[in-house]
Order: sequence, then C-alpha cells, then structure tokens
Amino acid sequence: MADDKDVLRDVWFGRIPACFTLSPEETTEREAEPYYLLLPRVSYLTLVTDKVKKHFLRVMKAEDVEEMWFEYEGTPLKWHYPIGVLFDLHASNTALPWNVTVHFKNFPERDLLHCASNSVIEAHFMSCIKEADALKHKSQVINDMQKKDHKQLWMGLQNDKFDQFWAMNRKLMEYPTEEGGFRYIPFRIYQTMSDRPFIQKLFRPVSPEGHTLTLGDLLKELFPAAISAEDEPKKFQVMIHGIEPLLETPIQWLSEHLSHPDNFLHISIIPAPSD
Amino acid sequence: MPSSLLWAVDVYGRVYSLSTSGQQWEHCRDAHLEFKRVAAVQQCCWSIACDHNIYLYVHASEVPIRYQEETYENQRWNPVDGFSDRLLPSDRWQWSDVTGLKHQPLVDFQLPSENWEWEADWYVDENFGGEPTEKGGWTYAIDFPATYTKDKKWNSCVRRRRWIRYRRYKAQDTWVKIPSEQTESLPDPFNDITCGGWEITEEPRGCLALWAVSLQGKVWVRCGINHHNPEGSVWEEVPVPGEVVQISCGPGDLVWAVLWEGHLLVREGIGRDCLKGSSWVTVESPSPGVGVVHVAVGVNVVWAVTKDHKVWFRRGVNSHNPCGSGWIGMVGEMVMINVGLNDQVWAIGFEDRAVYFRQGVTASELSGKAWKVVSVPRDSERSHSSASASSLQSAGCFFGGEVRLQSQASVLSDADPETERAGGEVVPTPEIGDAPKPRIPKVTSDSFISELVSDREGQISRRDVPPAGPSIPEEDHPEKELEDRASPAQVLSPSQSGGVDPQWSNVDLEEAQTHLTSGPGGDAAETSSLSSVATYNLALEEPYGPDEHPKWAWVTGGGCLVECHTQLNWFNTSISTALNSSMQAMSLSITPAQTAAWRKQIFEQLSERSKREMENFMHFEQAIEQSVWVKKGTMQWWRDWKPHKWVDVQFALEQFSGAEGNKDGILFIYYTFNDEKKYLHVFINEVTILVPVLNDSKHTFAIYTAERTKQRWPMRLAAATELEMHDWLALLSVSCCDSRGIQGPPSKQAIWSVTCKGDIFVSEPTKELEASPYPTPCDQMFWRQVGGHLRIIESNSLGVVWGIGYDHTAWVHTGGYGGFFQGLASSTDNIYTQTDVKCVYIYENQRWNPVTGYTNRGLPTDRYMWSDASGLKECTKNNTKPPSPNWTWVSDWTIDYAVPGGTDREGWQYAADFPASYHGNKTLKDFVRRRRWARKCKLTTTGPWQEVPPIPLSDITILPCGPKSTVEQVSLWAISNKGDILCRLGVTSLTPGGSSWLHVGTDQPFKSISIGAVHQVWAIAKDGSAFYRGSVSAQNPAGDCWYHIPSPTGQKLKQVSVGRTSVYTVDENGNLWYRHGVTPSYPQGSSWEHISNNVRKVSVGPLDQVWVIADKVQGSHSLSCGTVCRRLGVLPMEPKGHSWDYGIGGGWDHITVRGNAMEAPRILMPSLTDTQTATRPLQTNNQPEMNGNPVGC
Repeated sequence: MADDKDVLRDVWFGRIPACFTLSPEETTEREAEPYYLLLPRVSYLTLVTDKVKKHFLRVMKAEDVEEMWFEYEGTPLKWHYPIGVLFDLHASNTALPWNVTVHFKNFPERDLLHCASNSVIEAHFMSCIKEADALKHKSQVINDMQKKDHKQLWMGLQNDKFDQFWAMNRKLMEYPTEEGGFRYIPFRIYQTMSDRPFIQKLFRPVSPEGHTLTLGDLLKELFPAAISAEDEPKKFQVMIHGIEPLLETPIQWLSEHLSHPDNFLHISIIPAPSD
Repeated sequence: MPSSLLWAVDVYGRVYSLSTSGQQWEHCRDAHLEFKRVAAVQQCCWSIACDHNIYLYVHASEVPIRYQEETYENQRWNPVDGFSDRLLPSDRWQWSDVTGLKHQPLVDFQLPSENWEWEADWYVDENFGGEPTEKGGWTYAIDFPATYTKDKKWNSCVRRRRWIRYRRYKAQDTWVKIPSEQTESLPDPFNDITCGGWEITEEPRGCLALWAVSLQGKVWVRCGINHHNPEGSVWEEVPVPGEVVQISCGPGDLVWAVLWEGHLLVREGIGRDCLKGSSWVTVESPSPGVGVVHVAVGVNVVWAVTKDHKVWFRRGVNSHNPCGSGWIGMVGEMVMINVGLNDQVWAIGFEDRAVYFRQGVTASELSGKAWKVVSVPRDSERSHSSASASSLQSAGCFFGGEVRLQSQASVLSDADPETERAGGEVVPTPEIGDAPKPRIPKVTSDSFISELVSDREGQISRRDVPPAGPSIPEEDHPEKELEDRASPAQVLSPSQSGGVDPQWSNVDLEEAQTHLTSGPGGDAAETSSLSSVATYNLALEEPYGPDEHPKWAWVTGGGCLVECHTQLNWFNTSISTALNSSMQAMSLSITPAQTAAWRKQIFEQLSERSKREMENFMHFEQAIEQSVWVKKGTMQWWRDWKPHKWVDVQFALEQFSGAEGNKDGILFIYYTFNDEKKYLHVFINEVTILVPVLNDSKHTFAIYTAERTKQRWPMRLAAATELEMHDWLALLSVSCCDSRGIQGPPSKQAIWSVTCKGDIFVSEPTKELEASPYPTPCDQMFWRQVGGHLRIIESNSLGVVWGIGYDHTAWVHTGGYGGFFQGLASSTDNIYTQTDVKCVYIYENQRWNPVTGYTNRGLPTDRYMWSDASGLKECTKNNTKPPSPNWTWVSDWTIDYAVPGGTDREGWQYAADFPASYHGNKTLKDFVRRRRWARKCKLTTTGPWQEVPPIPLSDITILPCGPKSTVEQVSLWAISNKGDILCRLGVTSLTPGGSSWLHVGTDQPFKSISIGAVHQVWAIAKDGSAFYRGSVSAQNPAGDCWYHIPSPTGQKLKQVSVGRTSVYTVDENGNLWYRHGVTPSYPQGSSWEHISNNVRKVSVGPLDQVWVIADKVQGSHSLSCGTVCRRLGVLPMEPKGHSWDYGIGGGWDHITVRGNAMEAPRILMPSLTDTQTATRPLQTNNQPEMNGNPVGC
C-alpha cells in the first residue's frame, strides 16, 4: 500500500502535456512550429512558458510583440490559476496533448491580469499562501516564518524542488492534534458555467459535534447540485488534480494532501461528459 | 528515585552541577573562586580551589546537621550550705563530662569552626532515663561515681545535672573553606582530592574518607568526617614510597594512587577500624613506557588513563584482591575519568573536552558498552542575564556604554594575596575568548532542523518554541545589569575589576602595552599581531572556536546516582526531543490501518492520471529546467549542533539560471544523522561572505549569511586539500558575485576591511547603506575577498587606497582585483607579488618544586610545558608550524623580552599558578613561570598592491572627499614605524602612490593619525595624548604647529578618526570617545564624550558615518570579537547617533568607510514635509554636500 507521502509526490510531479500553437492572428515572418511542453500541474502558466515565448519570438518582429497570453478554445486562460486547475476546468476529458493557443496581441484586459514579471506571480503565490494560513492557523505559522523561509517556498515552486518546498510547507500543514484539523479549510470551488470566479467560504474540517467532515459535506453546503442522488445519472464531475475523490474523503486529509502549493484545495466542478 | 547531581568543572574553573532529572548544567553561583578539582559524594562535595585551599559544599537536607554538646554540673551536700558547688578535694570537677574525669566548664565549649552556630543557650536537661525530673533536673547518688536516681533520698550526698546545648551546621548549600591547620609544616598546597569510603562502616553515620595529594606528592587523609562533623577534624599524613600526583578512593575499601613515574599504588589494609589502611602495593602501568596519568576506582572497578589518553579497565578487582588481575584497553581518548555511584563511569574527552558517560555499566558488565557524550546546555547559555554573565559584565566585557577606567595588570599582582583573593573571589577570572557567555542556546528551534527533509512531520506545537533570534545586547544593558545584579562584585572599584581580570591584562591590554614598552624602535606591529590573533581567531579557528561548546576539565560522579535502567535526558536532548515530538504528528506518517475506500480510490486515480497524462508524453520537454549544472564533492562540515565536530558531508552547488536570466544557485550539505540522510542548504544570493581559514591541520572556510552573522555562527567547511578548498572558494565566490551582479574592480566608494589573518575584504555600498532612518542592516553587506595581506587599509572616495603590511611595508592599490589564488575572478594585470612577515609566539612553562626549583616537570594536570598563550594547546618549538601553509619560517626561535607585564633577564614571567596574571619578577608566592619565544615567518601571495618604498609605516590616513570632488592633490598623512609624521606629496586619483614624503616636525613619536574632509589633522602620540595640527590646507599640506588636546581623564588614547566634521578616538581600554564642540572657528573642540566601550578601531567616513570594530558582540548562538559595527542614527545634527548595528564579525581587525561618500536618496515623506519645518534647516545646511549625490535629489 502506498504511503500518503507518495500522494504529495504524485500531486507535485503531475504534468500536463501541452502543445502551444501561435494564434493565426499573429503576424509572423515565417511559419511558427507548435511547441510541445510538459507543464507542471501545480505551477503557473506564465512561470513555466519562457521557452514558449522564446520559441515564438524567433519568428516574430519585436514591434509585433506585446504581453504574451494564452487561450484554449476561445477561453483566455487565467495565469493566476494553477495550470492543473485550468486544465481540469476547461480541458479535462479531451484528447491530449492540451492545445493551447499563444497570443502576443489584443490582451484581454477584462479577463486576464497582467503579468509583467515573475515577481507578480511570486506576490500572488505568497498572498495565496498567506490567505490559506490565515484560514488554517490565524496566520501564525506563516508569520513565524522568516523571509528566507518564504523564499524557500517560492524557490521550491519556481525551480520544481519538491524537497525544498515541502521542507518548509510541512510546517504549514501542521495542526494541534487535539483539534483534529485546521481552523478552516482553504478551498476554492471553480465552475465553468458561472460568472463567479470561484466559491470560497469558511468551512471547518470537523463538525461542532466532533464528526470529521468530508468532501461530500463541503459540497452539500456549497454546491449541492454536484451531488447526484443514487438513482440519477451523474450531472457533474468534482475534480481535484485530475482525479475524482470519493465524497466520503475527509476534507482535512484532502487539504493536507491534495492542496496546491498555494495551500488551497482547488476543486473544479465540470459537467459530466454526456456520452 | 530522587534526583542526584553530577558535578563538573570547566576549563575556566567554574563549577557546574547537572541533576539526573535536569537537562542543563547549573552554574554553582556560590563559588566565587575558580576550582581545580571537585570530589562529590551524595551528601556533599569537596573541592580544591585555585587558592589551593579545600572547600566543602554540604547539601542542605530536611534534617539539619546538629550536634548536642553536654556537660555535667556536680554538687555535694554539706550540713552548712546544703547542696553546693563546694566539692571535696578528691571529688570530680564541678563541671565535668559524664565520667567526671574531664573538666568541662560551659565556657570551654567553642564552635569547631565558623560554619557552626549555636541553636540556643545552655539549658538543663530535665529528663532522666526518659522520665521527667523535678527540681531543676538534678539526679542524686550516695557518692561519685554511683548510680543516680531522680529522687532525693536521706543518704543522697551528691547530685548532678546535665546541661545541654545544640550547635547546628549552618554552611549548607554553599562553599566553605576548610581551615588548614598545617601551619607547622611547609606550606604545601593540595593538588588532588578524592572522597569515598562511605560503605566501609555504618558507624559513625556518614563516615567518609577524604584523601588528598599535595603539590609535593605527599598523601594525606582527613579524619573524623561523619554526619555530625561534615568538615572532619584533622589531616593525617600517609607515607608514600614515591611522589603521588593523583589519587582515587572508592565507596568501599579501594584506594589507588598514581605515582609521578606513571605507576600505580594500591592501598591495602583498609577496613572499618583503619580507614587509612596499612601498606601500599605497586601496580605497573598498563602500557610499558606510557605512564598512567589518572586513575579512578569504584567498588569493584578500577579505570585508568595513560599519558597517550588511552583508557584502561582493570580486571578482577574486588575487596579481597584490590590489585586486580590485568588491564584491558578500552575505546576512547580521555583526559580524566571518574567512577561514581554503582560503578558508573564518567570521563572528559581528550579532543572535545566534553563530559562522557559510559553507557551500559551493570553489575555483570562493569566495563560498559560505549561512551556517550553528555550534551546538555549550561544555564548561562540560555540567558546572558544570569549572575555569572553579569558579574563578568561588571568587568566591562560587553560591547556597551560603560566606561572602563585605566587599569594596570600589575596593580594587583603585587598586592597581598589576601586582598587579591578578596577581589578575586567576586570576579571569576575568565580565560581568553571566554567573555560573558550566553553560550549557544539550545538548538531546538535551530533552522537546520526545520530545514531537514524528514519523513516525519513536526507537530504544530513546535511553533511555540521561540525562534533563535538574535539577542544582541543593547548599549545600555551592561549598566542595567550592573545595577541589577546583587553580587558582591558591586563593591569593587572599576580599577580593581579591570585589574583582576586576566583577560584584559593578558590580552586586550597587551596590544596597548606593547606599543608602550616597545618604544620608538620597537616592532609594535609584530607583537600586536599575535595578540590579536590569539585574542580573536573566534569563528575562524578551532582551538577557541566561537566559544562553541563548553570545555570541561573535571567531572565527579560520586554523588550521582545512576542505575543501569535509569533514563537520562542528557544525550542529544535538543535533537531527540525535536524529533520525538515530530514523531507524534501524523499527517505524513504511514498509517497502515488506513485502507479506507476513499484513500484507495485516490491512489488508484492518481496513478491512472499519471499514466494517462504523462506516459505517452515523456519525450516532451520539461517546462522547468532543472539546475543547469551541479558540482559535487565531499567535505567536512563543522556540525551545527552539539557535540560540535567535523562530520563528513556531501557538498553540492546547484547552479541555475534564474527566471530573469540572472544566475543563481543553492548550496547543499548532505549529511547523515541517526542513519537518516538529511541536508541543509543555503541560497547563493544570501551568502554574505566566504572566509578562508587556512591552518596547518585543516583547509577550512566559513560561509556567512545575514542570518548566520546574527547568530555569530557561520557554516564551517573543510576541504581535503588546499587545492580543493581553493577550487570551491573560487567557484563559490564567482557564483556569489554572479548572483549579485558584482564584477570588476572595487568601486571608489568601496568599504574595505581586514581580518586578523591579514585577509582583505571589500564591500560595495549601496545608497541605502547610509540611508536614514532605515539603512540597510550591515549584516546584509556582501564582502568579497581581494588578494594580498595587510594589517591596515585606508581609502577615500577618489579611489586612493593604501595599506600597511604586518612588516610595516606601505602598499598602494593598483586598481585591480582578485589575486591570491588561481581561479578567482581576477584582473589580469595590476596583480603583483606581495610579501609580509610576522612573528609566531609560543610559551615555555615551568613549575617550581622544592627539590629542583623551576623545571619543565609540571603537574600532570598542568598546561603543556610548551604551549600557546592559553595553555590549552601544545606548541613545542618543533611542532609549531607557521600559521598556514602559505607562511614559511625565515628565522629561528628567540626569546621575546618585549612581553606585557615585563620579564626577568632570561625572559621569564612569574605567577602563582596557571593561568594567572604574570609579572616580571619572581616572588615567594610564585609557583610557575613562563616565557615567550618568537619566530618570524614570511608569506608570499599576490594581489592588486604595489609597494611604496622605502619608509616602513605604522599608520596612514587619506583625505576624505565627496564623490564628485575635484581635489587635485589628495592629502595623505602617515606615521612611520618610528613614530615620525609624514605627509605624502603628489597623490592624485591617477597617481595614487604619490611621489615623495615630506617630514612633519614633531617633539615626540606618534602612533595614529587622521585627516578630516576640511584638512583637519588629528594625531595620537605614543604616550596616549591627542594633538591637533593647525593651518593644514590644500595650499599648506603640512600645516604649521601642533596643539595639545588633553585626553579623556585617566585614559590613554590609541587611535583617532576624523570624518567630515566628527572626531572620534579609541583609547587603550577600548572606549570610544566623541569630540564635543568642534566648530570651524575652534576645530580643537572642547571635551570628550564617551560613546561606547569594547571598541577596537573606529573609522569615520566623509558623511560622518561612524563604523567600528567592536569586541564581544553577542549573537544568538555565539559571541564574536572583532566585529564590524555601524553607528545608527547619525545625522548632521546628531553626529553621535544612538545605537549600533552589527555586521560581519569574528576576527575582524580593521575597517575603512572613508571611501563611501554615497548619500542615500532622501526619503521625503509627503505628509510630513510641510509640518517638519524644524528639520528644514538641517536639509539646507546639508546642501553644500549634496552636490556630490549622483542622483541629485
């Protein structure tokens, strides 16, 4: 039987094969070959696509190049969501590799945030971690860390160093045994069919009566439609890291093991394939 | 089981005890003296103090030690007076003992020693045979001696009654001196002591045998020690067939002694009637040719240590065969060994001087299994406000605001020993480098643990452990603690406290006094160089380490009850507790029972997912490139936690291109701990300095980050060869420079510093470095090494940089960089060969004995007969090597007569004992002497320096300028080796070497000089007074006359630095002084104001920024001497600043900030600018200098 630690590794080393194609709207000097890349599920698009950018810049004139952005089947991809979330949300159940279109013009200001440099991603990432720890430990753990510890978390993600990241992140995953879990579970529920960016509420891992709460309990409270009755056909898939955990999975365990490096449990709810 | 105590003495003579239920050494604060030996039993602890007297510490118990004195009052009846004290002539005394044979009047009863007190006055015992009597306790009889009854009968002619008085032993839980009554014999102080014998007899209760050895090798036994007489009564000599150096007495009848020659003596015939025994039997040393130096006996065991530090176990010892049958060699190298209760064994390690416990000693396996180091912190390590620390602070040890007055080491050495003791008793005399020790705090929260990648999860409660933050003493702490502490040291006058502290007299004053004694022709730098090396090679070399772990001298387990099943919490506490607690956490641990469906589902789905999403695409390129390349190697690492030692590690540098194209890297140190592989890492861009530490045994270097600078605890690594070390250093320093974007030669603004090894480091200041109010902390400054070897370096912002070597050669910077070893980023030209010469010193030590006088025959416990200054390291003429492989001998050993404290004609200095303060003439009280030998060695290296012949110099100063200053001729003043003042002509930024020297007339020799931004020249004469040079200007570079400036009361000045307007001086006692009242019209100023103590050097820059080299800066893990510190809060109207900011340290000797004229961009706070009209004038005043600001804001 595998160890729970293997889950952390599997989550960290999850990769999505992607095929980047330059948008036909872009003007090029010669035809641009598509670029194939294995994207870490837990990272951010703009953090891992330097090579993509370099690849396409070779066929483009400097004056035609503005900020790079990505789109999948007409949907601009938000770089500030983890790559795995973007994939699960928009492209799960499709054929691989994931076909992502690359744009250098017409930045969709309404849909996307600008990402001038990696420090923007770092700031976003750290603010997520801090928010998560505010929920989990009233920010006590993150505030006790030193700047270099914060840096270690970020460098771990940026350089894909599992050990380096988890040496520090495990502190963020601790909790007093007597309390049975975090204060609140940092989670976000994403859905394709909504204008709301995501659902996020205060949710404790243990009920007032002392019962361990599960993924099902969470959904019951926040997205009841995701739970289909016994006899009904399944309407939605509840995806975390490309898998569908059983509804009886304890939410605390999920938070500890299936959270992204930003310490949030990102849950994608997508319509069940109709086949 | 009640807790009991293990006692130990550290190498500084401080006594500590460790409770079996405790986890830290408790300093025995009551001990005002240093102790040489302790011998503990359960009820008390005996010791020999450094005054050679015997002291006793009796543990307080619930039942007091009291003794009933009694005497009888006798009366006879006569018809006239009735019963009266008129007795017949044949009768007994009127007051007598119970037998009537001894005259015992009440007044004859005296307390046996001052440690006893009377509980009450005499009273009549009104009980007789358990029944109360009437009439005043009288009992009657017909005559003396007869049967007494309590009733008076018709024929009762005599009566008597008993008087009782109790005395109580009052000296409990404190050290009391056992008065020595041997006035009739030669003064022969004790050298070793051992206590045992409590199993020999039950009667009288608490009977002990105390054996002692005198310096002359005689053996004494103290009689009459028992519960009611804890101090015993009298010493009896036991004749010995030779000269005994050490003795050990077990709980039973075993007594073994070590003879001078290295053989052993076993006492026979000890029994309940004869505690002294009857005869000696000789036992040969276990190893032929290598004598025994130490023996320890228990009930049925004998352990010994031979001269080569080997440990031996004696087989077959028991009370019928006290000599045993044979020796067994044991593992481990020890300096001493002690057998405690239950035959448990304690020892002091040879290499690390740590206390070891022999694990696994049981009645069936008396030799035990393995040595285990006792690693618990000392109480003083946890908080530096402890009494011991504060009493040290009274001696001015901390870097702080206290003024230390002039004190002479000789003041007390001539004093009567009694008064010396009076002083000595209150101020523990610390050794070199020992200072106020909040030593290393417990390591529980040490970052390395948090950085371990372990399979175990920490528990959240671990967060409660306070982080090992820096506890840097604020400037006013010493004063505060001085007031707080209730120790008798308060009665000391400052001069006394300074005087009895040999640290100051031996070391810190050494440099100053050398300058005095060496005279104009003396080689001041050579003598001072060693004193500085000896003083603070902290953090750079092992022998003194950064005070890392306590070094023990003696341990005694006679009072420490450990049974084979006892669980002690003394071993690796910090680490094991941390790991134990993390064991309890659960989230990442394997929980085999968890086979719930949901978990199974997740595992299955994850592996499915990996297959689906990755299996067919493994040929795709990875989005994140792993590190570009990795260099790996094996190295040794000075372990961060106790016991500190060199451990083999894998060392790797991973370099990668950062996201923005900059190169970055991570250093990994992979080590094994408890069979688990762990690592710790450092980001290259966080490294602040790489310090090579070459010595003859290891090729080591230290890595600092800002954090480690705060801790005063660098990461220390040792490479197998010098070449390997240079390879790594070159690679690491290139990486560090790359990650910080630093290349090429040092800028004109660069801050230069020199370590006590003569290594040169340079740091590029940022504008924020001198920003106010929030400057960049100076522990974040990045220092890179520049080739060459210098003692002093001075610069200005036009890029004129000069240095002076240890041999007083003057050097000018060529504008290049690098050098000193291959592979370092280096300019190709402008690198030249540089040589330097300095002296290495060793000490010859001798002890006096009555037969042969002074000889090189020391006591086994003495320091080596040839040693370094501290006495801890053996340094013979033959085995002493030059400081590093780069140095070679260029002369032979010669006696050094220019030693502080003076010497006799043969170079000897005398003292009562090692270590003590030495004086140049022999007195009756001196038992030891030493003399210093010097030998010159020479270094050849390369660096961007060119010699400026021909005059040897001792100090130098260069005109500080604004950054855009257009000074044609740069004023440069210097002091020659002989004390003459010189002015260099023709120095410009293009020709920094200048053309010729101009002599400036003086009446007396000088030692320090500094020129300010408007040509104000200050100098310090060799006699410690200050002078101001009038009328110096660009047109009149030599000025016209000297004005004498009185020095601060009672202080001799040592060094001066003049900035834009500020004038600072440092005196020989390490006080930093600011000159008040300096104005353009009255540049001499009016008075000195004390700013700080423990300052070694000061450098005032062109912005009037004040930087110093300070001693005894406290970090969270250690203490560093020779630390770069910057004055905070220095503003145009507040030139004195308010506090210190602590930078790199541990062996720094010199700094110059006189090149840094970069003012910080002014931070204007918009909301405040209008209201802050008061500060406006400041800013306008500031304008003239502002034109130098490159930003122009």
